[in-house]
Parts: sequence; C-alpha cells; structure tokens
Amino acid sequence: MNKSGLIEELSRKENLTEKKAAEVINLIFKGFSDELKNGGRIEIRGFGSFVVREYKGYTGRNPKTGKNIEVPPKRLPFFKVGKELKERVDKGK
Amino acid sequence: MTKIDIIQELYEKLNFSKKDAARIVESVFDIMKDALARGEKIKISGFGNFIVKEKKPRRGRNPQTGEEIVISERRVLTFKSSQVLRKSLNG
Repeated sequence: MNKSGLIEELSRKENLTEKKAAEVINLIFKGFSDELKNGGRIEIRGFGSFVVREYKGYTGRNPKTGKNIEVPPKRLPFFKVGKELKERVDKGK
Repeated sequence: MTKIDIIQELYEKLNFSKKDAARIVESVFDIMKDALARGEKIKISGFGNFIVKEKKPRRGRNPQTGEEIVISERRVLTFKSSQVLRKSLNG
C-alpha cells in the first residue's frame, strides 16, 4: 500500500473526497516530519512511536581502500512498534 | 505529538469538527494497521516505508539465566525512513 492507496481507502471509508483525504494524509505525515525535525517525539497509541536518535561522529575506514574517513555526527529517526500492532503483525504469520 | 495534536490540526487547518477529526485519525491508523497485519508493506513517499519481515527461528540465550533457548519464527514490523526525512533531520 502506498500513499495514494491509503488516501483512496480513507476517502472510501470516511466518505471524503479524494482531495480532502489527501489533505488529511499529507497533514499527518508533514506533521510527523516537522516534529522529528524539531527533535520531538511522536506517540500513537496502538500503533507505535517515533524518536530521533543522535549518533556521534567517528573516524571510520573504507574496508576496500583502507583509507580513513570522517563519519560526521548524525540524527536518525527510529520507530518502535506498539504492543497491540506488534502482536497483530506476528499473529498474521 | 500524539493523536490529540493531529486531531487539533485537522480541526484548525481542515475545518473538521473535533468529533469527525477524531474518527478520521482513528481510521487512518486502523487502515495502516489492517494492511500491516495482512503482511502488506506501506510506502509513504517523503517519510518512509513500513515493512513486515519474516524472521526464521534461531538459537538464543536467556540473558538472565544463560540458558539456551530457541527463538521461534516470527513476523516483525520494521520502519525504513526515507532519504528525504533523513536529510531533513541533518540539514
């Protein structure tokens, strides 16, 4: 399922125009991105949570050439699946 | 940020009533959860992909007792953030 699939299903389920459903979906994921950009945390009950993890920079080595490379500090988004969804996904097996 | 904040945004920016906004937000996550429970992948361009992975059974150890145990096969949900999102966090 991609974003348009999600929009379509939301529009059908909630009797919204596709335009309105697209606005809802875009607002949600734009809000998620902005929150993470600001270093904030997102917690959706029954679904999961997103946090930003900070990684320090370090000097690495290219294993092929043996050259030293500086890996700069970085921030990465992380998703932790909620208990209810975790169990549902596993039961689907 | 929680569902409450999303409901507030839908109310302020898209002119839904709070009651409708709350129902719609539940619907969005229900649709996603149902798809993932069926083992489907969800791709949100600009944000990331939610992927269901099949894990084979493997040997593990109870870290408390040191006892060897078999970790059964399972399905787990993973999230791979999009390049766009990762870039925006490091801009």
